[in-house]
Amino acid sequence: MELYISEFSKYVITLLIALYTCECFLVFRFREESRRSGIYARQNILMFAVHFSCFVVVCFETGDAAYLFFYAFQQIILYAAIVLFRMLYPRGNRLVINNSCMLLCISFVILTRLSYERALRQFIIAAGSLAIGLFIPYFVHKFRFLKNLTWIYALVGIAALSVVLILGQTTYGSKLSYSIAGLTFQPSEFVKIVFVFFVAGALCRSSGFFEVFTTAVVAAIHVVVLVCSKDLGSALIFFIVYVLMVFVASGNLFYLFAGAAGGSAAAFIAFRVFAHVQVRVQAWRDPWSVIDSAGYQITQSLFAISSGGWFGLGLYKGTPGSIPFVEADFIFSAIAEELGIVFAVCLILISLSTFIMVMNLSLKLNDKFYQLTAFGLGVTYIFQVFLTIGGGTRFIPLTGVTLPLVSYGGSSVLATLIMFSIIEGMSVIREDEAAEERKKLRRAKRRKVKKPLQEPGENEMTNDSQGEDGEDYEE
Amino acid sequence: MTARERTVKITRNKKKSKAGGQIIGVTCAFIILFLSMIGYITHYSATHKQELINNSYNGRQQMLLAKNRRGDILAADGEVLARTVESDGEEVREYPYKNLFSHAVGYSVNGRMGVEAAANYYLINSNAPLSEKAGMDISEEKYPGDTVYTTLDVNLQQVASTALGVYRGAIVVTEPATGRILAMVSKPDFDPEKIEEQWDDFLEDEESGILLNRVTQGLYPPGSTFKIVTALEYIRENPETYGGYSYNCSGAIKRGEDRIQCYHGTTHGSVDFERSFAKSCNTSFANIGLSLDRGAFSSTLDDLLFNQELPLGFNYSQSRVDMGVNTTDSEMMQISIGQGTTGITPMHLNMITCAIANQGTLMKPYLVDRVENSAGSVVKSFEPSSYRRIISADEASELSALMAGVVTNGTASRLKDLSYTAAGKTGSAEYGTVKGDSHAWFTGFAPAENPEICVTIIIEGAGAGGDYAVPIAKRIFDAYFDA
Repeated sequence: MELYISEFSKYVITLLIALYTCECFLVFRFREESRRSGIYARQNILMFAVHFSCFVVVCFETGDAAYLFFYAFQQIILYAAIVLFRMLYPRGNRLVINNSCMLLCISFVILTRLSYERALRQFIIAAGSLAIGLFIPYFVHKFRFLKNLTWIYALVGIAALSVVLILGQTTYGSKLSYSIAGLTFQPSEFVKIVFVFFVAGALCRSSGFFEVFTTAVVAAIHVVVLVCSKDLGSALIFFIVYVLMVFVASGNLFYLFAGAAGGSAAAFIAFRVFAHVQVRVQAWRDPWSVIDSAGYQITQSLFAISSGGWFGLGLYKGTPGSIPFVEADFIFSAIAEELGIVFAVCLILISLSTFIMVMNLSLKLNDKFYQLTAFGLGVTYIFQVFLTIGGGTRFIPLTGVTLPLVSYGGSSVLATLIMFSIIEGMSVIREDEAAEERKKLRRAKRRKVKKPLQEPGENEMTNDSQGEDGEDYEE
Repeated sequence: MTARERTVKITRNKKKSKAGGQIIGVTCAFIILFLSMIGYITHYSATHKQELINNSYNGRQQMLLAKNRRGDILAADGEVLARTVESDGEEVREYPYKNLFSHAVGYSVNGRMGVEAAANYYLINSNAPLSEKAGMDISEEKYPGDTVYTTLDVNLQQVASTALGVYRGAIVVTEPATGRILAMVSKPDFDPEKIEEQWDDFLEDEESGILLNRVTQGLYPPGSTFKIVTALEYIRENPETYGGYSYNCSGAIKRGEDRIQCYHGTTHGSVDFERSFAKSCNTSFANIGLSLDRGAFSSTLDDLLFNQELPLGFNYSQSRVDMGVNTTDSEMMQISIGQGTTGITPMHLNMITCAIANQGTLMKPYLVDRVENSAGSVVKSFEPSSYRRIISADEASELSALMAGVVTNGTASRLKDLSYTAAGKTGSAEYGTVKGDSHAWFTGFAPAENPEICVTIIIEGAGAGGDYAVPIAKRIFDAYFDA
């Protein structure tokens, strides 16, 4: 019986997640959120189905039905989050919320399997973060002065990172966190958001050479402080986000090339100067020759990824515990082993669809500050996903960053949920802009209509023009 | 169009041109990046599954073995070559033929070897039907690992092993048209059931190299069998005129300080190309070697996979020839007759012979025919696959003719006038410092016109190939064609 359930469930879970992923991309067929509600509703059902089937397997494999209570709590919190978001922000983007919750579901499942204690911690932090996240879109929407705090962002960011460098705890050679009242924070996760606000604020009015130069200095300080803390992954994220934001703000290809050249030079110097960079690159190029030292993690990760096959070994059937730090840096490998390559690919595609949705929003935003912020946050997110998955699969060298919302880590979950909540806020701002545009256009058309023909069927005309408005907007 | 409307339009256009292109560009770049990463991940995990599970650092092997009983290894006709039985609650690996398949089937403790190593992945996985597995869950039994059918022929293996007798050496028998390995004997051999008890003795005994599979890992001087390669190169360089080659053999050839002698100081007199090959005239081939272009010879050696990786799914040594533009005349003479620093494995020589027998196309040699689950349905089937054409069809037929000449009027005359025709090349490879000690070689195929099997034999320190290796080839051919 148990065998039939675990074998059968593999295919069911894979099918459900694949359907969910399809819906993620079907969303883009429609331009307006109102037309997408059917898709979103199906996504919610699929998400709970995936979540439920995974926990049924957990209960069968462990023989402990108590996990169902844990499942029920997760279900309630996620459902509440989805419903509340929809009630409070009917004009928000639901794909971002759905995908966040889907990723949290996956996180809860795989962490429960790896370590119940950590899953529980992750759940509590996620619940708290979702609660905080509920208020953020409101503030982003109301507090328009956020765009004037440019240099405060810079100061806060550099200060927070420097405190870690000076006072931080060293974990495995890198200084990443410090503790306040028993709670451990990893400030770089939050500074990423503040940094995006800084760059957007500095470049939103003008992106001439002066602005680019001054922001470059600030960005360089961030990166150098991070490199000194040996947090190379975050340093790389800041760098890439900065270069791409300058490129979008200025529209100047030169900055992109200059960034690429500067980045390559810096990478080369880092490779020469820092022994730990050389070790990472060596472990990437030929992990098999250093399998019992620097290459141990990555080879164990490759073993895990390759052993699962398309549909995975099934929860509790693999040995993902053999990878050091599997809950944080290598969660993707654990997922690939036990839930399968198809599932893992779906996870990547879900992340990608979130990114495309954020870019879509950025594209539509008229206000340059919000446009740049949305763009910057989207790139921060997707580049981090790229670094962690690419690193864990030997596509690129390992940098040791977390997979947002899936990896174990309180700061990471909180920061990512704040990030997505800010994006929700911008989605509301965009709806304001759209309403404004429609109003303007309607006024302009009405005037045009009034001049040549005076009277009959004015109502009719208005209706017509409204229809056209809608289409215009859709284009 | 009113002015107002125009301004609205303009501001919209302006907005779009400002950043739209860049944002779309960055989005597309990330999409491409992610798609290539997905492609990489799926491809990597699909193609490296077996290789990675065999890595000793991968704990998943133990996990599988705790769940599944190691599967059986069978001969082509279904005879059991290795199986796992339970005795006193412990699993024991049995090898019913004891020493006979020691290197071919190998062992699975203290590391792995042979089919046990090559097919490890299949042996430790179980594709038994779900209903059977469910039943075993209830009775708390292990699942049966999948069964591996090899290409090995028990009868030919027996004949080859008996024929080699107490000599050290190696024999490999293959099908040139498919690449199937029918027999693989390496001596000295051992009893795989006792490998754990004898392990320390084997390790101490460095001289005999008992654990070495001489077929794939033994590097020997090729001796006169290498004249196949020298002849090929001469044909390539003189496509029109090689038939008109002639040389007067006086038993030795001198170039400066260096002197090359025919085997046992024989004098062959006036010889043409065919006769030089059939009689294996060293002085004539040293003379041919001196005329060859070193660069062209190097590329021919590349074609024949010297100094290169072989398309084999098991452990092997790379054959070696030191040839380059700076090779001296003295070295050229040694290389042309297969002496000097040149080393070749019997498997590699067999592959070259197979390509000649198969109109120039080398088929990938393989030992595992198919994998079946406990219910007898095929899990994976290995079809013959061609590696590539390593020599042209014309060259292959010319070399076949030369090798047929070795049987009809040359050093392999013991294969003449039988119920089948044969072709091949003998070798007596000198080794060590004592003059006259030589390994006996034979590599060849039968029937000569339409080859079905290909045999390569080396007997260490036996003497002349024609006297010692050719009779063994005859016994194997007899067994194959009578059977």
